Amino acid sequence: MAAHLSYGRVNLNILREAARKELREFLDKCAGSKAIVWDEYLTGPFGLIAQYSLLKEHEVEKMFTLKGGRVPPADVKNIIFFVRPRLELMDIIAENLQPPREFHILFVPRRSLLCEQRLKEQGVLNSFTNIDEYILDLIPYDGDLLSMESESAFRECYLENDQTSLYHTAKGLMTLQALYGTIPQIFGKGECARHVANMMLRMKREFAGSQNQILPVFDTLLLLDRNVDLLTPLATQLTYEGLIDEIYGITNGYVKLPPEKFAQKKPGEGGKDLPTEPKKLQLNSAEELYAEIRDKNFNAVGAALSKKAKIISAAFEERHNAKTVGEIKQFVSQLPHMQAARNSLANHTSIAELIKDITTSEVFFDNLTVEQEFMTGVDTDKVNTYIEDCISRKDPLIKILRLVCMQSVCNNGLKQKVLDHYKREILQTYGYEHILTLNNLEKVGLLKPQTTTRNNYPTIRKTLKLWMEDANEQNPNDISYVYSGYAPLSVRLTQLLARPGWRSIEEVLKMLPGPHFEERQQLPTGLHKKRQQGENRTTLVFFLGGVTYAEIAALRFLSQMEDGGTEYVIATTKLINGTSWIKSLMDRPEPF
Amino acid sequence: MAFVTANWNPLGEAFYRKIELYEMGWNLKDGLRECLVAAAPYGGPIALLKEPQRRSPSVRPQLEIYSSSGVAMASFPWKSGVVKQLGWTVCDDLLCIQEDGTVLIYDLFGNFKRHFSMGNEVGQSQVVEAKVFHSPYGTGVAIVTGASRFTLATNIDDLKLRRLPEVPGLQGAPTCWAVLTQDRQSKVLVATGADLFILDYTSPPGLSPQATSIVHMCVSFSYKYLALFTDSGHLWMGTANLKEKLSEVETKVRNPPKQMAWCRRPKSQQPSVVIMWDGHILVAGECKNTISYHLEGVSILVPELDGVRIINGTHHELLQEVPASCEEIFKIASMAPGALLLEAHKEYEAASFGKCFLSNFPPEPFVSMCRDLRVLNAVRDYTVGIPLTHTQFKQMTVQVLIDRLVYRKLYPLAIEICRYLKTPEYQGVSRVLKHWACCKVQQKEEADEVIARAISLKLGEAAGISYSEIATKAYECGRTELAIKLLEFEPRSGEQVPLLLKMKRSQLALSKAIESGDTDLVYTVVTYLKNEMNRGDFFMTLRNQPVALSLYRQFCKHQEQDTLKDLFNQDDDHQELGNFYVKASYKEKAQIGHLQSAVDEYNKAKNEFAAKATEEEMRLLRFQKKLEEEKGESLVGFSLHDTIRTLLAVGLHKHAEQLYKDFRVPDKRYWWLKLTALAEKEDWEEIEKFAKSKKSPIGYLPFVEICVKHHNKYEAKKYVSRVTPEQKVKAHLAVGDLEGAADAAIERRNDGEISTVLSRCSPSTDRALVERLNRAKATAAKK
Repeated sequence: MAAHLSYGRVNLNILREAARKELREFLDKCAGSKAIVWDEYLTGPFGLIAQYSLLKEHEVEKMFTLKGGRVPPADVKNIIFFVRPRLELMDIIAENLQPPREFHILFVPRRSLLCEQRLKEQGVLNSFTNIDEYILDLIPYDGDLLSMESESAFRECYLENDQTSLYHTAKGLMTLQALYGTIPQIFGKGECARHVANMMLRMKREFAGSQNQILPVFDTLLLLDRNVDLLTPLATQLTYEGLIDEIYGITNGYVKLPPEKFAQKKPGEGGKDLPTEPKKLQLNSAEELYAEIRDKNFNAVGAALSKKAKIISAAFEERHNAKTVGEIKQFVSQLPHMQAARNSLANHTSIAELIKDITTSEVFFDNLTVEQEFMTGVDTDKVNTYIEDCISRKDPLIKILRLVCMQSVCNNGLKQKVLDHYKREILQTYGYEHILTLNNLEKVGLLKPQTTTRNNYPTIRKTLKLWMEDANEQNPNDISYVYSGYAPLSVRLTQLLARPGWRSIEEVLKMLPGPHFEERQQLPTGLHKKRQQGENRTTLVFFLGGVTYAEIAALRFLSQMEDGGTEYVIATTKLINGTSWIKSLMDRPEPF
Repeated sequence: MAFVTANWNPLGEAFYRKIELYEMGWNLKDGLRECLVAAAPYGGPIALLKEPQRRSPSVRPQLEIYSSSGVAMASFPWKSGVVKQLGWTVCDDLLCIQEDGTVLIYDLFGNFKRHFSMGNEVGQSQVVEAKVFHSPYGTGVAIVTGASRFTLATNIDDLKLRRLPEVPGLQGAPTCWAVLTQDRQSKVLVATGADLFILDYTSPPGLSPQATSIVHMCVSFSYKYLALFTDSGHLWMGTANLKEKLSEVETKVRNPPKQMAWCRRPKSQQPSVVIMWDGHILVAGECKNTISYHLEGVSILVPELDGVRIINGTHHELLQEVPASCEEIFKIASMAPGALLLEAHKEYEAASFGKCFLSNFPPEPFVSMCRDLRVLNAVRDYTVGIPLTHTQFKQMTVQVLIDRLVYRKLYPLAIEICRYLKTPEYQGVSRVLKHWACCKVQQKEEADEVIARAISLKLGEAAGISYSEIATKAYECGRTELAIKLLEFEPRSGEQVPLLLKMKRSQLALSKAIESGDTDLVYTVVTYLKNEMNRGDFFMTLRNQPVALSLYRQFCKHQEQDTLKDLFNQDDDHQELGNFYVKASYKEKAQIGHLQSAVDEYNKAKNEFAAKATEEEMRLLRFQKKLEEEKGESLVGFSLHDTIRTLLAVGLHKHAEQLYKDFRVPDKRYWWLKLTALAEKEDWEEIEKFAKSKKSPIGYLPFVEICVKHHNKYEAKKYVSRVTPEQKVKAHLAVGDLEGAADAAIERRNDGEISTVLSRCSPSTDRALVERLNRAKATAAKK
């Protein structure tokens, strides 16, 4: 069912199966018919683990969304609450209880004393037959991708100094090591990375003696703080998947698209019944065509699609050559696969058309031009007229914030005068309440006044070769193709770690925030891997605070490089893009 | 060796044998006479209470505990009430059931642990008979009172008393009864006369008609089988659900037996029961014959999984069906491989000799069996006294055996076995050491320092030790200082926290919680501190722990806004206070007041920009309110930008102008704003006036574009001429004037612009124009 998870270098289906097993075990603990009351936020992530059919097999007959008031009537023996450990949810649960039914709570990803205390204060703690936890930290998202789907991780860690999600990260990495063996080498950069590594090492000591005897699958773990590279998410992603996310937003592996392009054209019906519901599509490597084009620069997608179209129509033409019964039979047996391929092609052609309308627009072009000017260091120290014009036209606030933040990051802070000018323009145009948001952006370092130190961004850019003039979009030879010229800093650090090692860039590492470090974990004797000649190393790159699809594409590109020597599996707290990221930092978010 | 089969007795198809386990180490004057005896299954300990009925305070009955080999483990005078029954729990604790219904629990060494009652109603009628039984749910107790009422507790560690319904038509005491576990429920099976009651009236199928009363019964170890003994001397054997009869044997003995026990091993050839009277026992199975043994003195039967142990004043024996493998090897004239191998061994003295010739035989079973046998020999040793059979050992598992050894404080042996069987350290050696340490901390005569050092020395290398459990034990014994010392060794900081809180070491608990990284734990300690301390101290504590402070702030943000303010106040965090008031101003009515507070705080924080911006906000708010009153335009909540735009839209140009000046709106932005607002109104006249008012700071291309956007090309064309040369082409194209665009592009000799114009040309375009462009392009490229 989730075969695509096992195609990669590391079989992530093991993790998914372990999670499913645990879920089944819990459901069977509550004997008899049941209804699940969902913390709405959890349904998306759970969808990646188990479909409704699994729940149904275990006598789940009804599903509700958790809200105030009583649970709707349902003729079931058990009511199970699937919730995150949040106090406000406990109060709602307390309202919901209504005997005579058996109640259970499943905390995701971890049970919490604080919440249980709250239930006790509400006088309902004893109403529950089972209070359990479902440890769902890292969710397999695709064959080489794990996500914690924790929306506010960046905000909590860097703005609110709440490191709960880092604790879950460390726990998740321990679970991963229990299934895939101890990771012998840990590298990291950033305060949060250091904290996670410390917790992991501590937990390893705590579990000493109970460790498993599994040959390690991962050779290296690289922990990266998002705030080491604040620039990358701000830039507009230019890969196919990245653009889908930038424009329509991908949530839990699904995208909702405007329906018009997907209308089934039936002769004689005219354009009367256009669908009004958005078209919902699942996007992952289970779809052959999508796996092929997702990471390409959008400018190379058209060619790939038309090539595919030719192959498919050629395959359909084969039927004319099928003469014998045997040949016809073989052709027919391939039909379902071919039809699926044709549907997939139709879908992606439609999506590509939708995106093309946007990428060829002047607005998109102008915006990209300014982004690229900033990234190459052109006039980053002055008030930018394009930004001013955008404010004057009252373009969406998040667009403005992305640009201003980008300018600040590329200039290592803005002159006080410039910064104040932008802030004032924003407050007057969008409302004074955004002073809170601006304050947040300053706290996390996305916006900052320039201090006396000189701008070190050009040094970083040059040393790490963050800008490549001759980025080849069609047949890339460097990761910079994902942003048509800009090579994501985070991925460059990853690349340099593998070869020739970080020692060569000590100076630059010191300019980036937070410590960099290396730790080794002792392996039990007999578990040291004997590498075959030419066998690639496997590195798990963990982005604390989020990762973009373009960065993932860049890492996949590195994995596929012929003489790369390293394959990457990517893990993160949340898949983000500039918009969702800035939005998570706003204090009165407005619809984009 | 030759005599192995000498004590084998045939019964039907199978053989039975009785072998001596131990010559008992105890020295009992009167044997087991007038004793209450309880021997735990799986070769467990034996408890004796001599003359339990004796009540005189001068001569109290003596309670004694022995190992299976009769080695004394404890002995003390019984000072409580009259004991009706003794029994052992699955964890080797002794249960003493008194006639008033109280059950007292002692450990293996006679230390009192706790007590519980089987119900108040027992009091007057008193316990007549009691039974201790084991089920998957733990150890249970069942009693019957003088009023013939049964009460049952399935698990004494989770005491839930069930008073069973009355047995209908029962006059006086039931003749006999037993406890059985069926369908996850414990039930009492009662016989009165020839009738059996569970909850329904029932009678066993095919019980001999001569019987008028069932006088004794017993349930098998597995609760699967039931045996009944009747006054006619018949022994009925069947399934415990009373659905099936297995056999019935006439014993020719009519007086009721003293004890009865199933003697059946898993996969047994036949059902068989051992019946005991004074002086002899009988083994009865499927066939008519029985085996009879003479008994020396008073004895008791201890049913086991695969046989029956018989204990008397001097000896301890095992009666069992001869295991199939033994039978194969030792049966006379046996030709089984094992028998042949044994013969070979006698000749060549090499036990594993034959094994070498088996190429496909995996060696693991052989090796593990040898290991098991060594372990069994070690625990069967007289000094340890746990006479386990291999079947029992496999059923009870190594884990439980280790536990049993630990209960007996046989730590070195337990550790040896763990090492020998290569039990993972976590479940093996470490666990034993933990128990040892828990025992060690109770040694009151030794100093804290000494004990702590001894423990750390011994446990230092062992993995996965839970020091907090040991510390908890120490704390329970009143040794707080020792507990704290021990906690220092605990690697899991999370584990330390609950105990530290219990011991009121809250500051330490807080640092440990923070160390663990588990924020939930930090929250727990913080909530605890909040309730324990006065507010000032509480805040001071948080101040020294930034991680806890930020978490508490998070908590307050969602739960206690006012506390949040107090926290900021305490820290003189004026910036955050300012933000706090700004937030409040959007939630509450007194907007201006809150904003003023925010301004004050921002000033204190020396955040000039924020203070000014907020002052501006207040000014705007006042203006909006005033205008709302005067003109009835709804403006509050709008940004400055939207306010001006609304004013322009409704024609309040003067007011808009005033805001533009007062708030020093940059010209460029104001021009954009006004242009958009007027275009939306399609006030072309006003736009024209605006364009002529002075030189536009935004140029004139926006004028062209906005008119086109509102589908007024005619108006748009008016501004094309005023557009700067760089934007001319764009402007011409915007109004659809291809020729104008071409002229502008050619004039500027700009390659890119010419291409743009060319790309807009269609087949219907004038050919001459296209040619002109192409020519110009060629020259531009040459340049």
